[in-house]
Amino acid sequence: MLFRIIKKEDFKTFVNLMLQTTEVIAPKFIKNNAKGKPIHQFLPISNYDEMVLDYEKCEFSAKTYFLPYKNTLSTFHMKDHDWTQEIQYRIQPRAIFGLHPCDINALVRLDKVFARDFYPNPYYISRRKNTFIVGIDHLPCDDGFCHAINANHITHGFDLFLTDLGDRYFVKINSDRAFMAISEVPIQEITDEDTKDYLAVRKQISQSYKVSVKTDDLPNLLDIEFESKVWKKWGDKCLNCGTCAMVCPTCYCYGVTERVSMDHSTGKKIAYLYSCNLLDFAMVAGGHNFRPNQETRLKYRYYHQHRGFVESYGEPMCVGCNRCGRSCLAGIDPVNVIRDLHEEEKL
Amino acid sequence: MRLFTPYDVTKESDMLMPLEFTRANRLMHVDKTYKAEITNIIRLTEMEKLFHIRIINEEERARFSFLPGQFVMLELPGYGEVPISISGSPSNRGYIELCIRKAGIVTSILHKARRGAKVGIRGPFGNSFPMEKMKGNNILLIAGGLGMAPLRAPLFYVTENRSEYQDVHILYGTRTPDQLLFTYQYDEWKRIDDINLQIIVEKPDITWSGKVGMITKLLDELPIKPLETYAIVCGPPVMFKFVCNRLRQFGIPMHRMFVSLERRMHCGMGKCCRCNIGSTFICVDGPVFDYWSVLNLKEAI
Repeated sequence: MLFRIIKKEDFKTFVNLMLQTTEVIAPKFIKNNAKGKPIHQFLPISNYDEMVLDYEKCEFSAKTYFLPYKNTLSTFHMKDHDWTQEIQYRIQPRAIFGLHPCDINALVRLDKVFARDFYPNPYYISRRKNTFIVGIDHLPCDDGFCHAINANHITHGFDLFLTDLGDRYFVKINSDRAFMAISEVPIQEITDEDTKDYLAVRKQISQSYKVSVKTDDLPNLLDIEFESKVWKKWGDKCLNCGTCAMVCPTCYCYGVTERVSMDHSTGKKIAYLYSCNLLDFAMVAGGHNFRPNQETRLKYRYYHQHRGFVESYGEPMCVGCNRCGRSCLAGIDPVNVIRDLHEEEKL
Repeated sequence: MRLFTPYDVTKESDMLMPLEFTRANRLMHVDKTYKAEITNIIRLTEMEKLFHIRIINEEERARFSFLPGQFVMLELPGYGEVPISISGSPSNRGYIELCIRKAGIVTSILHKARRGAKVGIRGPFGNSFPMEKMKGNNILLIAGGLGMAPLRAPLFYVTENRSEYQDVHILYGTRTPDQLLFTYQYDEWKRIDDINLQIIVEKPDITWSGKVGMITKLLDELPIKPLETYAIVCGPPVMFKFVCNRLRQFGIPMHRMFVSLERRMHCGMGKCCRCNIGSTFICVDGPVFDYWSVLNLKEAI
C-alpha cells in the first residue's frame, strides 16, 4: 500500500475527472427525517457538490451495486418447442465514493463467498472488479458496534482510502489502477507532519466508539443458547418483514424466480435478494416448512451471521453497522439481542 | 480518458476452465444449463413419474458423470428450477433417470410434459454415499415412500458391483400399496444373488397380501452384524429418527448410517442460503450426511 497526500481541491478535480467517463455513486443527501437528522443514500451523482463525504451512515448499504435486489441471471428465447439461453454479466465501470470501513469490510466478506470460494460467481465478480472503491474514515456513529466485531479497520478490498486531515486527505492507495488514476491530479509524498496528523485522527476515532458489546464468544454462546428463551422474546416481536436483510451490507441469500413474457417468446430467470426472516424461506414443495416459527427464523439469522459464517470463514459475517437495528420496525436491535444472550448465560 | 479499464469476466483465463460442475473446478457460466431432452416417461403411480433425460450435446453428455446420492437442478425455462436427486445408475452414461413427484408448480408442469420436450440440467451437485468405503460389508438399504428415488442410485451401484459387497437387504415401506414405486423391478432385484427385498405397507387394501406395519418392524427380523454393516436411509425426515435409533440399538455406529436430507434450494452451489442450517449447506456439504452429523445439525430432522 502506498500513502500520499491530496489537497481537497485536487480531490474535487479527481472526482470530476472520474465523472466524465464513469458512473459515480456517492452518499447523497435525501432529506431530514422526523427528528431533523439528515438521511443519506448511495446514489448516482452528476457533480462533485452532490457528494457528502462527512455523512454519518447511509440507511441502505452499497451492497445493492454488487448484489442487486433484482438481477437477471439469464434470458431464455423460446421458439418452435425449443429454447436458447443467454447470459450477460454487467461490465460497465462504476466508482463508489465514500464507503466507510464497515462497508468495505462487508465487501471483503462477500468476496469470500462469491469470489474466493468454490463455485465463484461471475455475476458478482464482474460487478466487483468493475467497481472502483474509494473509502473514507469517519467518526463513529451512535449505534454501530463495528469495533466490537473487529470490522472498523480495513487492510484490503478497496482502491483508495481517505482520511480527512482538514485541508487535505491522507490517501491509502491499494491498487495499480488506483495509482494510475489518482496520478492524473497532483498528489504529494507524505511528510512527518502528515503522519502525525493522521495518527491523531485515528486516535480520536478509536477513542470515540459509543456502543460496547461483547461478541468474541458468540459462536460458542449461540450453540449453548440454542433453546434459550431470548429467541422467543425477540422472535415474538419480529414482523417477518425482511427489512434487516435488505439494509444489511452482507446478507446475501436470494431466491430465483422465472418470468415469461406475455407472448411466451422469452423467459427470464431472475434472482431476488431474500431474507431468512420471510415465512416461506425454507418451505418446500408439498407445503412442509423447515422453519415454521418466527423465532426460529430470527435465531437462524443470528446463527448464520455469528456462528455459521465463523465456522466457514473464520470471522463473523456481521460488520456491526447496526443498520438492521436502526431500520427494524419492531425495534429489534442486535446489540440488545446479543446482550440478552449474555444475560441468559449468567443466570 | 478512462481512469480505469473495464474488466471482462469472460476473458479471465481461470474462469474459462472446462464446464464441469464439480466444486473444485472454477467455472464460468454458473447458470448455464445443459440442454436435455425427455426421451422417455414411465408412469410409476398417480403422483410419481420416472423421466429419462438425455443431454443433447454429445460433448456435454460425455462430461456428465455423477456419484450415487448426488442431485441435479432441473430447469423448465420460464417456469423455474427444482433440485431432484438422481435415481439412475452412475454407469448409465446415455440418459439420466429422475423420479419426480407432482408436488409443486414446476413438477406439476413437468408431469404435463411430453416425450421430446426440452428441459435444462445443471449439476451434478452435492456429495455422495461413500460406496467405496462400504465395500466388503453388508448393506442395509432402507427407503420410505419417495425415498426409493434417491436410494435407487446406490442400489444400482451395489447390484452392478455385486461381488464387492456381502449381504444386501432392501427394506421398503409406504403408506398404502398403490404408493409403491418401481413395482415392476422387484422381481429382478429379488432374483439377484443374496439380495433380500422386504416390503411393508402401513395401510393395506384388499389386494395386499404382504406385510403390514411400520418400516422398523422389518428391522426386527434381520440378522444384523453391527460392525460389518452400513446402512443408507432415505425417506421423510420423521422416518430417520425412528429407523436410525432402532439401528443404534442393534449396535451399528452412527458413522455407518447415512441419510439424505431434503431442503429448499435455489442455486445448488452454496450461495442462495435457502438450504442453510447454521454453518452447513445441504447443497454442498450434503445432501448425504452420516447420522452423527445429522444429530449435530440443529433442527435438521
